[in-house]
Amino acid sequence: MKLIKNAAGRLVPTEINGQEQIPFQGVNKFKPSGNKAKPKINSCIDFPEDGNKVVKNLKESLKKCGLKDGMTISTHHHLRNGDALTNILFDTIHSMGIKNIRWFPSASFPIHEHLIKYLEDGTIHHIEGSMNGPLGRFTTEGKMKGIGVLRSHGGRYQAVQDGEVHINIAVIAAPTSDSFGNANGVNGKSASGLIGFALADSEYADKVIVVTDNLVPFPCVPWQIQGNNVDYVVQVESLGDASKIVSGTTEVTKSPDRLLIAEYVAQFIDEAGIMKNGFSFQAGSGGTNLAFVLYLKERMKAKNVKARFVRGGSTKYLVQLLEEGLTDYILDGQTFDLEGVRSMRENPNHVNTSPFTSYNFHGKGNFASIVDVAVLGATEVDVNFNANVVSHSDGYLLHGIGGWQNCLYSKCTILAVPSFRDRIPVIIDEVTTLCGPGELIDVIITERGIAINPKRKDLIQAMKNSSLPIKSIKQIRDEVYSICGGAPAKPKVNKNKVVAVVKWVDGTVMDSVFQITK
Amino acid sequence: MKNILTKTSAGKKGDNVRSDCYFEIELTNSGGIKLDIKSKVASMYGDSIKNQLNEMCKFFGLKNANILIEDNGALPFVIAARFELAVKKLFPDLNKEFLLPINKNNLTGTTKERLRRSRLYLPGNESKFFMNAGLHKPDGIILDLEDSVAYSEKEAAQLLVRNALRSVDFYGAERMVRINQLPRGLDDLKFIVPHNVHVILIPKCESAQQVIDVENEVNRLKEENSIENEIYLMPIIESALGIIKAYEIASASKNNCALTIGLEDYTADLGTQRTLEGKESFYARSMIVNAAKAAGIQAIDTVFSDVADMEGLKQSVIEAKSLGFEGKGCIHPRQVPVVHNGFAPTSEEIEKAKKIVLAFEEAEKKGIGVVSLGSKMIDAPVVKRAQKTIQLAILNNLMNESWKLK
Repeated sequence: MKLIKNAAGRLVPTEINGQEQIPFQGVNKFKPSGNKAKPKINSCIDFPEDGNKVVKNLKESLKKCGLKDGMTISTHHHLRNGDALTNILFDTIHSMGIKNIRWFPSASFPIHEHLIKYLEDGTIHHIEGSMNGPLGRFTTEGKMKGIGVLRSHGGRYQAVQDGEVHINIAVIAAPTSDSFGNANGVNGKSASGLIGFALADSEYADKVIVVTDNLVPFPCVPWQIQGNNVDYVVQVESLGDASKIVSGTTEVTKSPDRLLIAEYVAQFIDEAGIMKNGFSFQAGSGGTNLAFVLYLKERMKAKNVKARFVRGGSTKYLVQLLEEGLTDYILDGQTFDLEGVRSMRENPNHVNTSPFTSYNFHGKGNFASIVDVAVLGATEVDVNFNANVVSHSDGYLLHGIGGWQNCLYSKCTILAVPSFRDRIPVIIDEVTTLCGPGELIDVIITERGIAINPKRKDLIQAMKNSSLPIKSIKQIRDEVYSICGGAPAKPKVNKNKVVAVVKWVDGTVMDSVFQITK
Repeated sequence: MKNILTKTSAGKKGDNVRSDCYFEIELTNSGGIKLDIKSKVASMYGDSIKNQLNEMCKFFGLKNANILIEDNGALPFVIAARFELAVKKLFPDLNKEFLLPINKNNLTGTTKERLRRSRLYLPGNESKFFMNAGLHKPDGIILDLEDSVAYSEKEAAQLLVRNALRSVDFYGAERMVRINQLPRGLDDLKFIVPHNVHVILIPKCESAQQVIDVENEVNRLKEENSIENEIYLMPIIESALGIIKAYEIASASKNNCALTIGLEDYTADLGTQRTLEGKESFYARSMIVNAAKAAGIQAIDTVFSDVADMEGLKQSVIEAKSLGFEGKGCIHPRQVPVVHNGFAPTSEEIEKAKKIVLAFEEAEKKGIGVVSLGSKMIDAPVVKRAQKTIQLAILNNLMNESWKLK
């Protein structure tokens, strides 16, 4: 395998799974040209006049779609760790004797450990999506037949539009659908809130199967997925474990150290002058991210400040902001708890969005760069503000990228991270895997201090008289190293075997993940 | 070196263990030191762990042994404490301590009068809470050897607390240790006195003699180890007898800096329940305040034990302040800012204090002996209290240090 050094100085392959690759050229340096991928022309006369596209089971639908060896099958992750469908899907594909599938999920979860046997027996050739938990371990140990590809949510849309990934069959888990294939996520026993991650798949795949456990008479409204894009509808008993699809409640962290970080985040946003009438912010689902919303809310109330919109991952805490009039809108990418689902169902100002609206690289503009401040996490941050979200310092893949890379385009990107976990430093000399270039990362907030990117002279100036512990990132690193007993050794890897690559939002290759050697 | 056992273990293991480790040592007759390192940070710190253990084996003269470590991300000072305990279980007569270099940020001293609004209790054998405690800015951090440590873990906690006093950055918080109830607590002192402890808390104190016993042992250890820094004492009264003898205890030593109360044990001693309202302990708390003030030391209130009830804590601090207490115990870091805010002066108090201090300085400048504000005479204790109010206000960011320039 030929590796070359990209613009970030990382070694990346020039070819992956037989497809030629473009190495990362720098932020905003690469623009593909030509036309977007285009779906086939369909004619309505080829579909049932009565609109009833229901077929008797999943296997039947896959047969009708012409499932063959080597095809690309996509799924989406709105069912999260409650997803039973994807596992059943591959049980079915396996029972049909099909091999070498490229699985293209929008994310994977620990429940998909079930699929390891299909990666071993060749049913699945490789994964392009995220490789979480057990799948990450399997991949990093070099056991997957092909090379994994990690993309952001926006990058996934871009790859479909570029034609880099051509989906043969999209299987869409729909908490509610009619027999025509109009579908949504806000109703039904498996309600997940929205199903925007399946949007690109529904528009660009050769064949689209909607699978539901709540079939309603036409019309199913709202139709977050349009039946006009759907070939077949399959009814099943259950899509999964509702309690793991959305949690009953999402709770704020109880860790005093995480709460301290969250408090610093809110204070920073306030004192840097970002928190003002009409501002916007992005909040995720992690414990620290939920907590900063609560602290920010106190400050907004005290200063009588109202946001124009908040970007979620929505939770009851964002819903409270909306219902108490502290924001005009929630623009929601995924819904994490039952309150979020309820609000989306009832409140027209709780708006469902897809990666197309949120962060599409080939859009005519970018929502992500309109957002005033995004508060995100990371597994590692280095002294050049580069960050990693997919692997830990032991070199094992552990998480997907999610919308993280896309959100870096916000006007102020804050990474809220502990400076170390147990004996694992988070602030280090060089990231194990590069996922986000430091030039897009503005502030690192840890329990030991806050580092502002030297490029952001405006923020440094604004925080000059703050009581917050502003330090240089090297100071924080030194402190962490002295606690942990020096700099950590790097993982021992086989530099000749790339097991996965991390794509940048424009489709270029940002970094490689190498096989771990024991 | 004489061993009575050939195999032993120490430390913590299990799925819920974080930032700690477990050792098994088996002495052998030949073959040198064989290390079996199972660590979740092996790829990052495997070599570091190996070097540390080899160094410690050399230090303790261990030549032939099979050593197993199961490590869940323990920091070096924790590894050192656990390994030393395992070695000492094999060789109870071993008279050597493996001391890590002292963190240079820990070389500060303290004063008898320093602010003690909040003191944060940390269980002495739970290392995972140590590193970040100081970041929450309590006035004092207490490494506890007493009630929060199980009987079977007392020796482990002594070594861990000793190592923590040397290695853990307290970020400026006063360095406190609560020893065990006497006489056992006297044995704890050799693990803390030589390592720059600032305040020793004496639990379940019932007589002046107990304070004197601690003071004598502290003085003996200071001399033996050529320790020169001041070490203060804070007796904790937790029984009816202790309350009756409060003044005697408070005035037993010139090294007493504060007197405090533990209400859980006290109410149990009375045979009553602890209530939020606290009528049952009003007498005892007033006694503590009066005994402490009579002895010229600080009066510090008990802990507030419901960590989820921040409003209740706030009320409790306001009440404590009104009774004359100057500080409160904390069992969770999030209580610290609430306690500090509660003891912060009100804006009326600050305005009044400013006027008094300015009038006093004006009078001094003019060489006038008698200070008056409006129609009222101001005497020395009033000025002192006003100065303290200003100091508190500055600490709570309620006013600027350079307020006089405005």
